[in-house]
Amino acid sequence: MPPITLNVNGKAHAVDVDPQTPLLWVLRDTLNMTGTKYGCGIAQCGACTVHLDGEATRACATAVEDVQGRKITTIEGLSADRSHPAQLAWIAEQVPQCGYCQSGMLMTTAELLKRKPKPTDADIDEAISGHICRCGTYPRLRKAIKTAAAMAAPRPAAPKPAAKGAAR
Amino acid sequence: MSAPKSRARRDFLKSGATGAAALVIGFRFSDDAFAQEAQEKKLINPFDAWVHIEADGRVRLVLAKSEMGQGVTTTLPMILAEELAIDWKQVRVEQAPTNPNIYDHGTGGSASVRTSWLPLRQAGAAAREMLVQAAASHWAVNANTCRAEAGAVVHGPRVKRLPYSQLVAAASKLPVPDFSKVTLLNPKEFKIVGTDIPRADIPGKVDGSGVFGMDVRVPGMLYAVVARCPVFGGKVKRFDATKAKAVRGVRHVLEIPALPEAHTAGGVAVVGDTTYAAMQGRDALTIEWDEGAHATESSATLRTQFEELLARTDGTVVRNDGDARAALQGAGQKIEATYEVPFQNHSPMEPMNATVHIRKDGAEAWLPSQGPQWGQDAIAKIAGLPGDKVVVHTTLLGGGFGRRYHADFVAEAAQISKATGAPIKVVFTREDDTQHGFYRPASLHKLSGALDAKGQPQAWLHLMSSVSIDQYWTPPDKAKPASSEVGGAANLGYAIPNLRMEYAPAKSGVPVMWWRSVEHSTNGFVTECFLDELAAAGKVDPLELRLRLLAEPRKVRVPPDNESTLDTSRLRACVELAALKAGWGKPLPKGRGRGIACHFSFDTYVAEVAEVTVSKGVVKVDRVVAAVDCGRVINPNGARAQIEGGINFGLTAALKSAITIDKGRVEQSNFDNYEMLRIDEAPVIEVHFVPSEATPTGTGEPGLPPCAAAVMNAVFAATGKRVRRLPVRTEDLA
Ligand code: FES
Ligand code: FES
Repeated sequence: MPPITLNVNGKAHAVDVDPQTPLLWVLRDTLNMTGTKYGCGIAQCGACTVHLDGEATRACATAVEDVQGRKITTIEGLSADRSHPAQLAWIAEQVPQCGYCQSGMLMTTAELLKRKPKPTDADIDEAISGHICRCGTYPRLRKAIKTAAAMAAPRPAAPKPAAKGAAR
Repeated sequence: MSAPKSRARRDFLKSGATGAAALVIGFRFSDDAFAQEAQEKKLINPFDAWVHIEADGRVRLVLAKSEMGQGVTTTLPMILAEELAIDWKQVRVEQAPTNPNIYDHGTGGSASVRTSWLPLRQAGAAAREMLVQAAASHWAVNANTCRAEAGAVVHGPRVKRLPYSQLVAAASKLPVPDFSKVTLLNPKEFKIVGTDIPRADIPGKVDGSGVFGMDVRVPGMLYAVVARCPVFGGKVKRFDATKAKAVRGVRHVLEIPALPEAHTAGGVAVVGDTTYAAMQGRDALTIEWDEGAHATESSATLRTQFEELLARTDGTVVRNDGDARAALQGAGQKIEATYEVPFQNHSPMEPMNATVHIRKDGAEAWLPSQGPQWGQDAIAKIAGLPGDKVVVHTTLLGGGFGRRYHADFVAEAAQISKATGAPIKVVFTREDDTQHGFYRPASLHKLSGALDAKGQPQAWLHLMSSVSIDQYWTPPDKAKPASSEVGGAANLGYAIPNLRMEYAPAKSGVPVMWWRSVEHSTNGFVTECFLDELAAAGKVDPLELRLRLLAEPRKVRVPPDNESTLDTSRLRACVELAALKAGWGKPLPKGRGRGIACHFSFDTYVAEVAEVTVSKGVVKVDRVVAAVDCGRVINPNGARAQIEGGINFGLTAALKSAITIDKGRVEQSNFDNYEMLRIDEAPVIEVHFVPSEATPTGTGEPGLPPCAAAVMNAVFAATGKRVRRLPVRTEDLA
């Protein structure tokens, strides 16, 4: 079997695995990228969420042969330095408890914010209800998603010094 | 709790990496029982925590506590930093490597803050006094003219200043002051305690870098999954591994025996290069099971047994004020109700797993564990090694909730590592985690109450039967079956003159264990809903009835061996605060209702008011307002998070999930049939703290017990329907 080539966070990896293997286990056990978590294996909990060409996808329910040639982004590739607005908001709102579900939550949120820069409560419910947080961080998740949206929103241009003076 | 003895033991922790002198103070969190045990076992060291001030002024707090998202690696350094007069960020927490000769390592019972508050303050103050003394000697001034501030000692009007880094060497030569004599800060001076310090473990949880047990990678490590008999107590009769061995990446297939002492089921282990290979291999096994003695047990047979036990009159009496039976007989109005709750699984998001490597001369393990010492014991026994040859690293825990105290998964990894010689990571699939757990006991409760003409309760009789945790874990001659079952019910705080509770343990093959808030999860629901029934029957507002029954300040301590004392005025203050913040009494639209409940557990008082909407047989919890008295709040935002988490955990059990048994096995398997609360079902939660200067107590568990009751009392207010079994079912609302 020829090796399968995966593009993960902008880097190409050749892996020699059973083509049916779920992407989750290839990321975790073959590439040792452990930020993507296993929670259920049946697309129920969202802990394994990654982006495929920008789209939030359950890595536990995606065969590795189906993702060749596609751009895979994992939590490790969300930003180089925890600077994605969702990551900043997660820290600001102190969202994680045990933290095990949060990689998936962040990946779904990142995609949501791209689709809906100003998500409503209904948008948040729709996106995050595919996820489970056993620690019950839901109220903070909701708040942090809104905070992230505000952080990501283009800032109004800084007022000119003259205007500032005039306001006083 | 008595003050820890202070002794500096510089021989156990060597000086910092630089080799320069460091100031080290050993102390302990655990109570005197441990010290006694330590002495009996001739442990070389009675301490379980150290403050270690390096020559460069950095501070390490070495402790044996596990981080599972409760913030213990933030809260405890805050307490130390406060007394030590340093920025809390200068304190680095180091997980103590488990060593039976050195540590007592365990995290649970909402106890971390409660048991460490005083020792940590004393340790910080002792170190501060030593540093101050060193500076005073250097300047040849009296120590009481010097003070510690921002990591330095200062003196005099023209302010002489010496940073700790320059004092460590001299201070380390001074005797450690007696902990009971050190001067603690006046709480009015607190700058760190009581503030919202961001948690230290959070950054590593937003970029995938935090290492959970599942994420540990060791050179040469192989992954293993175990096929266990689906019936509790069953065993392998025979198996055929031919197909499993043919699966790509499968390295070994081996039978592992059940270990009664470690409460493991035994089974057939499949070891592979990846988790997936091992799982595929397991799917390819053919196994014939000997299902054993419990193959006919079901939730229905268990319920019948509960009923039979409660129909008898020989339950253990765990509370007996007045004469409840006589008062019920002569009562003007008598109310009776039966409540029941099912088994529940912990289901932390990170399934059980353990990485163990047994070599000839020693063993090493990486455990996401609340009780790594249990794991260490298990490994030592299986490996045939002395405990101190087993090094245990505690990783981050992807949730614990009690389940991770146990070491069954550790023992399995040790068995497989011993047999194969390789470092082994045992992984539970979600199905394994759901079906091979140690469950919150199922229970049945019969309650009777008597009211006088004014609606005032005169008698309360509570008969309870459950699968007893203590009976499962303790040898029959030592077991106290009621001990982890009746808390929160036997010590009911209400002023009811005739109050009786009886308990009868049932027989079951289902393994049981502590589950977030243990028996309080059940008893908070049962007692607070039944009190609501009494209020309704007596036509008294449920808030008003609670306030009346808690009006007289009393201390309730039942049963006598219970360490906790319930103070009715503190509980009442929570009830008042929750009602006030929730707007009790304000009208709600049709279909909506408001309910209240309160509960005392783990030395913390909580009252909650829930607002629900009931429509088309579905309960939606809109809002929960919690009022909490956990003494002085160390990190309010962190404490709030714990209460929020406890409420949502309780709501899953109230609204969504049950573990049921049929043919001796668990019927549920994964989140599709053992459902968890999700974001669209989660309420708005407001947490308010009762201002308090009392000793801090925990918040991990106490938020849970009142929530199901508050919700079901709200359902009654909205619909007139009493929900007496959990989780709520559509037919119970019809
Ligand atoms: S592990 Fe993929 S959704 Fe749960
Ligand atoms: S933070 Fe623990 S499961 Fe979400």
